[in-house]
Amino acid sequence: MFSSILQTLPQVLIDGLALGAIYAVVALGYTMVYGILELINFAHGEIFMTGAFVETAVLFIFQGAGWLTDMPAWLSYVLIILIAMLVTGALGVGIERVAYRPLRKAPKLILLISAFGVSFVLQDVIRFIAELKTGNYIISTPQLFDQRYQLPLSSISSWFTDASVKANTLFIFAIAIVLMIGLDIFVNRTKWGGAMRAVAQDRETASLMSINVNKVIVLTFFIGSALGGSTGVLFAQQYGTIDPYIGFILGLKAFTAAVLGGIGNIRGAMFGGIVLGVLEMFASSNLGILTGGNFGAEYKDVFAFMILIIVLIFKPEGIFGKAIKEKV
Amino acid sequence: MSLVELNNVQAFYGGIEALKGINLEVKAGEIVTLIGSNGAGKSTTLKSICGQVQTKGEIWFDGQKITSLEPHVIAQSGIAHVPEGRRIFPRLTVKENLEMGAFSVKSKKLIKERIEKSFVYFPRLKERYHQTGGTMSGGEQQMLAIARGLMMNPKILLLDEPSMGLAPVLVDQIFEIIQELNSTGMTILLVEQNAYQALQIAHRGYVIQTGEIILQDDAKVLLTNNQVREAYLA
Ligand SMILES: Nc1ncnc2c1ncn2[C@@H]1O[C@H](COP(=O)(O)OP(=O)(O)O)[C@@H](O)[C@H]1O
Ligand SMILES: [Mg+2]
Repeated sequence: MFSSILQTLPQVLIDGLALGAIYAVVALGYTMVYGILELINFAHGEIFMTGAFVETAVLFIFQGAGWLTDMPAWLSYVLIILIAMLVTGALGVGIERVAYRPLRKAPKLILLISAFGVSFVLQDVIRFIAELKTGNYIISTPQLFDQRYQLPLSSISSWFTDASVKANTLFIFAIAIVLMIGLDIFVNRTKWGGAMRAVAQDRETASLMSINVNKVIVLTFFIGSALGGSTGVLFAQQYGTIDPYIGFILGLKAFTAAVLGGIGNIRGAMFGGIVLGVLEMFASSNLGILTGGNFGAEYKDVFAFMILIIVLIFKPEGIFGKAIKEKV
Repeated sequence: MSLVELNNVQAFYGGIEALKGINLEVKAGEIVTLIGSNGAGKSTTLKSICGQVQTKGEIWFDGQKITSLEPHVIAQSGIAHVPEGRRIFPRLTVKENLEMGAFSVKSKKLIKERIEKSFVYFPRLKERYHQTGGTMSGGEQQMLAIARGLMMNPKILLLDEPSMGLAPVLVDQIFEIIQELNSTGMTILLVEQNAYQALQIAHRGYVIQTGEIILQDDAKVLLTNNQVREAYLA
């Protein structure tokens, strides 16, 4: 049993890290907004989903204009990510303005209901547009990178079987790392990043420092949503098929990752995402082996949410212990 | 010339009227103290000036009507409010707390200079420079709160019970610093429950009781006023 788990471990790690990177970046959006407003922005999953659809739409436009053949694939990829970030960032700002700001003094439950409302609206609007344009709401998106590299691990040691890594997986690592480091630098080293932390810690006092709190909140929604949207692009490229409902389960898992790392804690969210992705991939490839075939890969989601429940019961402040207070 | 002027200001928390039409004035260069017992409306008065509560009436600052401006705009016009309970950003370092105080200051060089200057008044902050605010003692936090307020180089400093919860030695130190700041030209509105010490360093004083100003006079006169002596200096 042990040896068969070990054999697939390199592949599990590669795929798990890719999935984890996606969870991590989406989790940032949950955690940033929570840090500032103590609001769980349940529409964030739909922002991620919108990012995936923006990706496909822009890709079709690029294709139609013949740019895909003129431009190197990575350049189209980066351009598409930037466009998706702008669109979803603006979408997040719009949602804050319309659905959250008027309710800022209302009980948190009301805000949560408003967030669910926004989720449904986004799902339906995207579905409507997708069906209008393509006749179907489940869409296959053209792949920018289709290379796959073989890693001949079995020739290094007989412990392992060969693994392979998609070019897109490497790209996900690169983009996720750039985004996470960029955000970390922004939050910890810049003036507006400092303002964001100050507002998260004490909004009223921050305003006494001439900090425009509303501006900080808008900025937080923009950045968090743009990160979610960029991940939608990575997701669409990695898995090839998207529909308006992908944001629901992925959003829940990214939220789990945020809780895992201590909601409100930015580095915690990154950590939680990676851990969850690797664990989930591990479960999906090994649950069958571990349970003597009683539970298969289809139980991987149950596994993810079990982690959420266990964390909530035993360590509600997240793995990083007191770091929950570390908000943003 | 009056720097701050409140004309018949009422303040409300929801339906509760916490200030019932007060008049108050601070002239440039003065230390004015506002004394009164717990719940009298002292903090609410400062919050009214800073736009943190809903008000009626007129509030003037430096020749400009600031009633109903947003708090960050009011702060930017030159009012530094050191709030009750210090309200240090607990997970920002001393350095970052000070930088937040200078949020409206564009020049990095100027910010550096002002930080250096605050070390002159508060040498402890230099030792604690990279420590987070929440890990400091009450006295150090109060020093940081005042230093943070000064970072914007305000036209007036509003201090809300800076002596609260501090050991007598530290209280003396804080009051000395307030006087020193004033001697360099800083205008100060000082809210205190520690009426005796506040009146000793102030030029003028106001006494507030359940949302109304019941007395105002030169600080020396208030110190000898029977009503004040009985109620606040006992
Ligand atoms: N956030 C608030 N909500 C409702 N009432 C408040 C609030 N803050 C203060 N008050 C009330 O307003 C009155 C004045 O309070 P405050 O200005 O804080 O008094 P002081 O600073 O003189 O102790 C008190 O009766 C207090 O209960
Ligand atoms: Mg008070």
